[in-house]
Amino acid sequence: MRNYEVNFIVDSVLSGDEINATAQTYFDMLTSNECTIVAKGEMGLRQLAYPIKGRTTGVYFCTEFQVPSGAFLAQLELALRRDERIVRFLSVKLDKFGVKYNDDKRNGLIGKKKDKVKAEIKKEVATEKKAAPAKAKAAPKAAPKAAPAPVEEKAAPVKAAPAPAAKAEEEE
Amino acid sequence: MASRDDIKFLSNPNIGSDRRKYCRFKKFGIKHIDYKDPDFLLQFINEQGKILPRRITGTSLKYQRKMATAVKRARHLAILPYVTDLLK
Repeated sequence: MRNYEVNFIVDSVLSGDEINATAQTYFDMLTSNECTIVAKGEMGLRQLAYPIKGRTTGVYFCTEFQVPSGAFLAQLELALRRDERIVRFLSVKLDKFGVKYNDDKRNGLIGKKKDKVKAEIKKEVATEKKAAPAKAKAAPKAAPKAAPAPVEEKAAPVKAAPAPAAKAEEEE
Repeated sequence: MASRDDIKFLSNPNIGSDRRKYCRFKKFGIKHIDYKDPDFLLQFINEQGKILPRRITGTSLKYQRKMATAVKRARHLAILPYVTDLLK
C-alpha cells in the first residue's frame, strides 16, 4: 500500500454547490478505484499568493489516501489536468513521517498549545460524555478582576552626571 | 557606580560569545515538513521569498533539502509567492 496526498484548488468563481460537486467527483473517483481515503478536508477559500488564470482566490481541498498501486495516480492527474474547474493541483507521495505527521495533526498533537488543549477537551468529551459539560462550565470561570490601580509614575531623578573627563583625558 | 548603559564599548561585546547555530529539525525532532503551513516556512525564506542558505539558518543538509522541496511545493500551490517584495 502506498500513501498519497492530493491537493487541488477549485475555481472560486463557481457556486458553492458546484465547488463541492467538483470535489466530490474526485473523492468518488478515489473510492471507486480501490483507494481507502484516510482523510479528506477542505481548507476553504484562500487568497492565492499570486494570480492563476486571472483568479486571485481559490478553494483548497486536501485528501490523503492509500492505494495498492501507484498507476492510478496517472489516471487521477490526467483527470485533474483536463478539468477546467481545477485551478491547480499537487499530488505528493507520503513517507512514514508524513503519514505520522498528518495523523498527529488530525489528533491535534501538532500546532499551538490552544489547539492541543482543544483536542484534549474533544477527547474528554468523547470518553466521558456525562462529566464533560460540568467541566466545560467550570473551565471558563474567570473572576472579574478589579480595575488595576493607577500606576504612579515616579519621575526618576535624573542624575546629570555626564563624564567630560574622558574627553579631557584623550586630549592629554 | 556607572550602570551598564553608561559604559561605551569600543567593540561589540556580543562578538565572541559562543552562540552556535543549530539545526532546529534535529534539535526538536521534526521529521516531516508540512508544505501547507506558510507560517512555518516563512522562517526559511527572506523578504523576497527566496530560500535562505544553510549558513544563515544553520539547518542541516538533510533537512535543508526537505525544507526546500516544501517551499517549492507551497509555491506551486500558491501558498507562498515565487517572487515578491516586503513579504515580512
